[in-house]
Amino acid sequence: MSSITASRVLAPVGTAGKLFAFGLDVMRGLFRRPFQTREFIQQAWFIASVTIIPTALVAIPFGAVIALQVGGLIKQFGAQSFTGSAAVLAVVREAGPIATSLLIAGAAGSAIAADLGARKIREELDAMMVLGIDPIQRLVVPRVLACMLVAFFLNGLVSVVGVSGGYVFNVVLQDGTPGSYIASFTALAQLPDLWQGMLKALVFGVIAAVVACYKGMNAAGGPKGVGDAVNESVVVTFMLLFIVNFVMSAIYFQLVPPKTG
Amino acid sequence: MGVEIKVEHLSKSFGKQLIWGDVSLTVPAGEICVMLGPSGTGKSVFLKTLIGLLKPDQGSILIEGTDIATCSEKELYEIRKLFGVLFQDGAMFGSMNLYDNVAFPLREHTRKSESEIHEIVMEKMDLVGLLGAEDKLPGEISGGMRKRAGLARALVLDPEIVLFDEPDSGLDPVRTAFLNQLIVDLNAQIDATFLIVTHDINTARTVPDNIGLLYHRHLAMFGPREMLLSSEEPVVRQFLNAQRVGPIGMSEEKDADELAAEKDQELPPLPPIPLQLEPSNGMPRRSQRPPGEWCRDNGITPPPGSFAENMSMAIGG
Repeated sequence: MSSITASRVLAPVGTAGKLFAFGLDVMRGLFRRPFQTREFIQQAWFIASVTIIPTALVAIPFGAVIALQVGGLIKQFGAQSFTGSAAVLAVVREAGPIATSLLIAGAAGSAIAADLGARKIREELDAMMVLGIDPIQRLVVPRVLACMLVAFFLNGLVSVVGVSGGYVFNVVLQDGTPGSYIASFTALAQLPDLWQGMLKALVFGVIAAVVACYKGMNAAGGPKGVGDAVNESVVVTFMLLFIVNFVMSAIYFQLVPPKTG
Repeated sequence: MGVEIKVEHLSKSFGKQLIWGDVSLTVPAGEICVMLGPSGTGKSVFLKTLIGLLKPDQGSILIEGTDIATCSEKELYEIRKLFGVLFQDGAMFGSMNLYDNVAFPLREHTRKSESEIHEIVMEKMDLVGLLGAEDKLPGEISGGMRKRAGLARALVLDPEIVLFDEPDSGLDPVRTAFLNQLIVDLNAQIDATFLIVTHDINTARTVPDNIGLLYHRHLAMFGPREMLLSSEEPVVRQFLNAQRVGPIGMSEEKDADELAAEKDQELPPLPPIPLQLEPSNGMPRRSQRPPGEWCRDNGITPPPGSFAENMSMAIGG
């Protein structure tokens, strides 16, 4: 009885360990040749095509809502001239990576998990291994790299679209001064903010792709198993990304002192 | 010229559930073997263990001196190049058309030019009767065609060992007969070692040189075709003749009461042993033995009417 309870309690630890081991396998696969350039380009194109438009559409209201919130708050403090810089900080540091992670996990991750899950239950992956080809090197590594690349650019896209959205809302709806909005950009924000946003996007891309591939390749139990794998991969990715986002932000604030004045 | 597979004391369980234990057999080089067993006895698991997709808990599988059960990942990928495997549903890559599917192993493992690849692919497609369907996607063709395409892909690297996972499941009797003939012709042509996992009795009775029977978590019997077909062993006899009387029940083995109730029932006589399927060009295969040879050598009288020409393929009840 106690052993059953113990095995139940410890099951998540085992799953986490397997996921980690899978991640290590992928790392090792990164350096194995030949590199699958074709698959990489196809996947990057595919992931970009399913994420770019939703990301842009998410980024506009994201920037706008930050502008609304921050604009109102800052007016109460009487510091309207800092509206622009606060919006830039919020978008570049947090909103960019978060919006990117939502789209990478929700659109790209689910597509990857569904694709690999379907291949798994159709025995395509088994067939591939039997043909002497390692699916991790052949399928997973290109997907992880493609996800990183696309996440990196999506983050840039969110930053630009979010800041522009904020600008429009601040200037048009809140009667802000266009000049001061733009001029205050550099008041609080600094270049490392951009770097950490980009780094976050890369890390999120890795996590989303590794989790999606892991869940997809371990789908079991017919078509329903594929659905479950997609569902689990999105949920697990979301949780991981928000935790990692918090940790990375905390470390960033320790490493980089906030800009004064 | 085919490679021998030597399996010794192999055991596999999932969690606490033992699938089969202590399986020892030697699949002779260049011969056709059939592995039989009631549904759910782990025939497919056995096949997947042989190619190293599943790790056994105990025992060894020796192929050309390499133990599949314990060798490194790298050696495994090397040794798998000797194999061609036909999966149950063909396992074609859904994103590629049939031509690219069949060409896939060549493009991955050889440095052949596209024109050489074209030649080989077309030859294999012709062999399985799929010429003209190269541009179709796996989703657009029937199950039987997918199986044949899977066979073409399995054969494209000229394997030494070909494994078939239920080649006859989901096929109509005519297609099954064609596929069986194709298997025999292929064996005559490429001399590879064939292992077929199935529960189709007709296939088991007419195609192989050797038969194995997995039952009740162990290998009940493995040996030449005529040995099993003339065997009086209850499990073998029941299964190979598709009878209800015997130790195999609907769910698993029968319980003591059911067996006791059956005790006085007269077992139906063994049906005659059919002739082995011959290659369609009439030339005997290298590993083929003359009909009745095993029975004569071992002093066993085959059931009356055995090895008659033009015997009905169907088994009499």
